[in-house]
Amino acid sequence: MVDAPYKSGLPKTPILRIEGLGVRFGTSQVLRDINLTVDRGETVAVIGESGCGKTVLLKTIIALLRPTEGTVYFDGRDLFSLNEKQLTAERIRYGFLFQLAALFDSMSVAENIAFPLRQHTRRGEREIQEIVLERLTEVGLARQVLSRKPAELSGGMRKRVGLARALVLDPEILLYDEPTTGLDPIMSDVINELMVSTRRRHPVTSILVTHDMRTARKVADRIVMLFPSGRLEPGEPQIIFDGPTRVIDSTADRRVQQFILGEAGDRLVEMRQNNGGSNR
Amino acid sequence: MSTDAPLTSRGRSMPRRSLLDGMVDQVADAGALILDVLTEVGNFSIFAAQMFSWLTTRLPRRGTLLPSLYQIGVLSLPVVALTGTFIGMVLAVQSFAQFRMLNMETRMGAVINMSLVRELGPVLAATMLAGRVGSAMAAELGTMRVTEQIDALSAMGANPIHYLVVPRFLACLLLIPALTIVADFMGVVGAGVYSIHFLGVDSHHYWENSRRFVGNFDLFVGVFKSLFFGAAIALIGCHRGFHCDPGAEGVGRAATKAFVLSFVAILLLDLLLGIVLDAIYYGIWPNRPSALF
Repeated sequence: MVDAPYKSGLPKTPILRIEGLGVRFGTSQVLRDINLTVDRGETVAVIGESGCGKTVLLKTIIALLRPTEGTVYFDGRDLFSLNEKQLTAERIRYGFLFQLAALFDSMSVAENIAFPLRQHTRRGEREIQEIVLERLTEVGLARQVLSRKPAELSGGMRKRVGLARALVLDPEILLYDEPTTGLDPIMSDVINELMVSTRRRHPVTSILVTHDMRTARKVADRIVMLFPSGRLEPGEPQIIFDGPTRVIDSTADRRVQQFILGEAGDRLVEMRQNNGGSNR
Repeated sequence: MSTDAPLTSRGRSMPRRSLLDGMVDQVADAGALILDVLTEVGNFSIFAAQMFSWLTTRLPRRGTLLPSLYQIGVLSLPVVALTGTFIGMVLAVQSFAQFRMLNMETRMGAVINMSLVRELGPVLAATMLAGRVGSAMAAELGTMRVTEQIDALSAMGANPIHYLVVPRFLACLLLIPALTIVADFMGVVGAGVYSIHFLGVDSHHYWENSRRFVGNFDLFVGVFKSLFFGAAIALIGCHRGFHCDPGAEGVGRAATKAFVLSFVAILLLDLLLGIVLDAIYYGIWPNRPSALF
């Protein structure tokens, strides 16, 4: 686990407050009555099996998805009561690293990283180039990749360019969507290291969605585990674990243990009984 | 199994359903279909309204508009010119035999050129644009949607409609009249050259009849209609891309659907505008002859 030296001595102030959040697509209820508060400077890992709504939660936090119930307060402001202009002003305080990096294919790496700067600042071209290079070096990439197109990069490089782009406006909160999925173990750890060093270098709050326990343990100081809403008992909360990373191993909940140990247990039988598994 | 109840594909028996159940299902299916269509129409209207609202509040940057202008205008030019030339020549071939039977070959120019500038020029230019540009927009934006690039734009505080749709819409709207004029011109030239040089029609009378019957209003009608076609192509193509289903299949379907819907929209708009513009024409000039003979 990582120490958080910048946190010591600072009072805990919430930057994000999620209240009674519910998201439904058609008839399927993905998120149900989620309540969560994230403090400034904290790094929270949201874990859970595929399809439990982790990514949906992350996208709702930045208002890419509109909830069917409840709302999200970012720095005290209800994101879903803002107009377009106000929402844009809030969104540039976020950095988002997408699962497949979501780099713009039509632009070079340099243009991708410079995009937020060109969109929201009036900096000169020279200054933009300097910032782009600085961010690129920070994620361990060479100057040579600047002119390349995203299609010419490997998965790990794309993720790192995505991280450089997410960091370019010095965000206050960073959202990572499955940052290590699809990468080899070494590259996964490179990304883990980058997340740790980013946090050390910038006073940023991070929320990462992952099903990689190694990442969660290495990067996060708090873990939140979501359970698929379709498999919960009526009235049971969807967050089945919320606590410091160090205590997750000693939790008694069988579902949490099953997940952190990566054991299928009776899931296969259960899925077969459900006629192929409606949730998975 | 001795039961006479129908079997499901898994071999389990299913209770026999009454005729009433079947009818209820039909009604429910029809209702669901109507609901789907209404949702889609509502969705499209909101999308178009957002596009127009951005169009009137903030114009796109040069850097985003120029590639669209190049892609839609310059790269469509050869295919539109080629279609125009061939359709002109085909019209000459098709009408020649009939007009010769009546000994009226010299009137061919009037009919061919009238149909070219009023109908075939704009409709064919628009169809080519729908095929070349409309489906490409749907595929490109669909891929962007599937790979979360549209979400990334929003997350970085850039409105995707302003950034992606407005430049494409403007480029289509501004360039389709020019492409229509090119199609008209190449069609007129193709038909003229073929009629005069290959079919032996008298050139003086051919052009003289064209000049007498094809007026500025006809040219205007064609170009004016094309504006609506261009707007429909861009909006439908972009809308399909924005609401693309996940996966390669979703992108493919978005591209096909964009073309089919644009084509239907072009024909529908053509009919409606034809009726409206004719009414305007006779409202302004009630005594002008409409017939060619």
